[in-house]
Amino acid sequence: MADAPKMNSVGRPTAPAIDVETTSFKSLLGGRGLLQDEKLIFEWDDYSRTGVDFADIAIDASDLDGLIRDDLSLPGLTEPEAVRHYVRLSQKNHAIDLALYPLGSCTMKHNPRLNEKMARLPGLGDIHPLQPVSTVQGALRLMDSLAHWLKTLTGMPAVALTPKAGANGELCGLLAIKAAHEAKGQGHRRTVLVPSSAHGTNPATAAFVGYTVREIAQTADGRVDLEDLKSKIDDGIAAIMLTNPNTCGLFERDIIAIADAIHAAGAYFYCDGANFNAIVGRVRPGDLGVDAMHINLHKTFSTPHGGGGPGAGPVVLSEALAPYAPRPWVVAGESGLVLEEHGEDASQANFGRMCAFHGQMGMYIRALTYMLSHGSDGLRQVAEDAVLNANYIKASLSDVMSVPFPEGPCMHEALFDDRWLENTGVTTLDFAKAMIDEGFHPMTMYFPLVVHGAMLIEPTETESKAELDRFVAVLKALAEAALKGDVNRFKGAPYLAPAKRLDETRAARQPRLTYG
Amino acid sequence: MRYLPLSDTDRASMLDTIGVKSIDDLFVDVPAPARRDGTVDLPKYAGEMEVEAQLNAFAAENLSPSKAPFFIGAGAYRHHIPATVDHIIQRSEFLTSYTPYQPEIAQGTLQVLFEFQTQVARLTGMPVANASLYDGSTAAAEGVLMAQRITRRNKAVLSGGLHPHYRETIETLAHAVGIETEASALQVDGEAEVLQHIDANTACVVVQTPNLFGTATDLTEIAKAAQAAGALLIVVVTEVMSLGLLKSPGEMGADVVAVEGQSIGVPLSFGGPYVGLFAAKEKYLRQMPGRLCGETVDADGERGFVLTLSTREQHIRRDKATSNICTNSGLCALAFSIHLSLLGQTGLNRVARINYAKAHALKAELAKVAGVEVVTPRFFNEFTVKLPKAADAVVEALAAKGILAGVPVSRFDKTPEFANHLIVAATETVSDADIAALISALKEVL
Amino acid sequence: MKFTKDHEWVEVTGETALVGITAYAANALGDVVFVEVPDVGKALKKGDSFAVVESVKAASDVYAPVSGEVVEANNELPNSPDLVNAAPEGAGWIAKVKLSDASELDSLMDRAAYEAFLDTL
Repeated sequence: MADAPKMNSVGRPTAPAIDVETTSFKSLLGGRGLLQDEKLIFEWDDYSRTGVDFADIAIDASDLDGLIRDDLSLPGLTEPEAVRHYVRLSQKNHAIDLALYPLGSCTMKHNPRLNEKMARLPGLGDIHPLQPVSTVQGALRLMDSLAHWLKTLTGMPAVALTPKAGANGELCGLLAIKAAHEAKGQGHRRTVLVPSSAHGTNPATAAFVGYTVREIAQTADGRVDLEDLKSKIDDGIAAIMLTNPNTCGLFERDIIAIADAIHAAGAYFYCDGANFNAIVGRVRPGDLGVDAMHINLHKTFSTPHGGGGPGAGPVVLSEALAPYAPRPWVVAGESGLVLEEHGEDASQANFGRMCAFHGQMGMYIRALTYMLSHGSDGLRQVAEDAVLNANYIKASLSDVMSVPFPEGPCMHEALFDDRWLENTGVTTLDFAKAMIDEGFHPMTMYFPLVVHGAMLIEPTETESKAELDRFVAVLKALAEAALKGDVNRFKGAPYLAPAKRLDETRAARQPRLTYG
Repeated sequence: MRYLPLSDTDRASMLDTIGVKSIDDLFVDVPAPARRDGTVDLPKYAGEMEVEAQLNAFAAENLSPSKAPFFIGAGAYRHHIPATVDHIIQRSEFLTSYTPYQPEIAQGTLQVLFEFQTQVARLTGMPVANASLYDGSTAAAEGVLMAQRITRRNKAVLSGGLHPHYRETIETLAHAVGIETEASALQVDGEAEVLQHIDANTACVVVQTPNLFGTATDLTEIAKAAQAAGALLIVVVTEVMSLGLLKSPGEMGADVVAVEGQSIGVPLSFGGPYVGLFAAKEKYLRQMPGRLCGETVDADGERGFVLTLSTREQHIRRDKATSNICTNSGLCALAFSIHLSLLGQTGLNRVARINYAKAHALKAELAKVAGVEVVTPRFFNEFTVKLPKAADAVVEALAAKGILAGVPVSRFDKTPEFANHLIVAATETVSDADIAALISALKEVL
Repeated sequence: MKFTKDHEWVEVTGETALVGITAYAANALGDVVFVEVPDVGKALKKGDSFAVVESVKAASDVYAPVSGEVVEANNELPNSPDLVNAAPEGAGWIAKVKLSDASELDSLMDRAAYEAFLDTL
């Protein structure tokens, strides 16, 4: 039996040792097991390697004499090094794929993977924006389909697809409004009414186009004060910019009266559509008197946020504003669809172009895939489940956390304030950071500005009841800890994240924005 | 419905917890005239297979460059993207995270942005770069607005070699804020003409290199002259791969640089999403638009990264912000950064040289075709030829033969002078067989 | 030292006055990370915004408590914005202004009145 393999007869410990204290353990080099410190690519010693195999050919670039550079200093990583670098970095991020991501106003919903697959079809992802239109009829038809869905869902007659994100859409909408006023000899209208609870992009965009912002007050129940609004209307008003449902997560009950008042004054109604997710398929902004509204495809229509973009912000337009939509337009021609890229003569009303080419095609593909998947019935269910989930959270937490506007239902997000934390020594920020230790991303904090210590929770419709219950249980347990005076749990939080609280003061006082 | 986890039982129990009878009770604030009972007039929900079939049908109607000899550029370029790039950007932690407002759980995105900013700064030869803008055209427009803030002057001079879409985007944004623009007529060469338009009210001159026609220009003297007149030089680059070979805008003295980064890591995707690279001299840091990532330490003294200098931005300054931008192009910036770190200085320079060689090989062949005249004096991977007949008809005829030949200048500008001009590009993806196919088909249609 | 309801202070010496933000304002802003000081020679009208004080998450305009001409800006602040927190009513001054209308000082609060005003916030 000499040739037979030896049996393994040596045992080893398979249960933890009971007498070792493990909680204060620190590794020798400062890493945390699988969560590894990862140096910057610029800290690699050898910059000369490359992870892409190209021939090292000689060229005779004598025509570029004096134009050739010799100062390139960029590190190169081989493929295995690059993969490790980015995978290690990725593990320091939270993501909607890991847990509920309740950022109010940001709509962190599940991003269907079919969308990604479709965006990568060679016939859609690998086509050039300036190919002859005869070779991209499918792309134009896709844009036309997306436009049809957006117009039908909003009850609006026209849409400008090209804006690159929500704020770019706001700009597009206000430029159309400005062009319309100027065409009517009303160029003196330069004031925009904006509620105090608005997203920062609204006043920023209004100021951008040279308009003056006039703030309108809010009622005790968190909505636009119609009387205050009426008192601020004069013949210098160009538009109102209003988010609906608003940033407190509430539907503006007086919205039709607001639209009527604005229209009676000869101004236009710009609706910030960031919160369209709450009403898609159930309410059409066109029925509310809206003249222009951007739609964040990366919110309502599930295109991924990607750590900060890209987004897409198509703007639906009323009959009155449609002629001013920026180029290009997809229109029916004699032999198929064509792209109208120029105003053929200077008399045309459109205000020009928002960006090069035709907008965020990659996002159009994903959004249309999402719409086709849900259909009209599924999208209505999206709104209903989003609103149901938010109200469930509000109902489940209102016995421990204070609600600034308790009357009636909220829409897709539940707003809390910090009155309940008074005298605990715990702030909204501390409370939010402690959520990280429990595995959740914090909610939106200190926004809207009109509510003190605001905590805005948007669960979205893609959370199951079980996940909501887990979230509620965590928040309740944290609330109890805060009220019991367990302040350390909050002041030092997060304890278990890849990084501790960062010194933002230092970053801003001595800006260090590049390596070396 | 596969994306909606609530069951009817869940819904009933949740309504009960809330204390209402039906879902309609949660929509009571909607004014009665706007309430809708049924669904809107659109198709009902569909499974993956059905949706995939519909999208495949759209895709099938397009001629993909993967199936055709391909020579189109003019602001968007087809390059090889390593498989690793798409694999990494589809990781959940990058794909499905938000803007890194909670730095303790976003160090992955933040470190990438810090590396990205450093890569962009080095590539452009500038001291500081931001964490990306939407694309090259909007970056150029933001540059013009920034120049106004810095100089408090109100005119922008735009060169005749500037991509017309960029010119139009700049005009839209500049006119919105009250900046006057003076654009030269399209011209193949002669960027120095911008200097003739500078006056005491000129905030900036905007010059592109290589320009729309492919012409590469040393802007050093233009920079000096513009700056001597108190104006900033904004350099636009639409083909970022050119920076692997050509002198950087920083070395030429640029004040602000706006680059379309699509060529590194981002697919053509019919024009978007792309990624705008934006860099500037350090003294202009606080006037920059967009997000900035900065280095700092955490409570344990460990290095970490945060978004910083955000008081420039809309969520704090509101109507006094430097720009209204919020969402940028994060995932495309990641793709750019991964691709560029795979290339490194060695790979980037090699692929740039191959681009140069391919385009010059194409030029040599086209120059031999009777009636074809090369008009671009010096170039990287793109140049313009004058054909003996209208370029748009030639391009259509070649497309009918399955060849995507280039962009007629008439697509941008109907000036008769340019009716026969065709802009052609050749990157590393072009083979000798592609060139041969183009030449032989061109001879047939001319 | 005199004070405004916008939390600026002014201290007159002869024909000029130092201007800054109060300890209350500095504390409300949090750690100051940047101060945009005015150009020397700038003409100020009472109530004009003439400087900006920034913390990480907030930015605040500073309004001229009096009319006049900026004769000196605190050039320490661009490099040491923390002075505004450390000594808001001392080394953290923002500008020195040559008064054009000394009677404007009469409308400002003295310390006792300002402190009473703070109690109402």
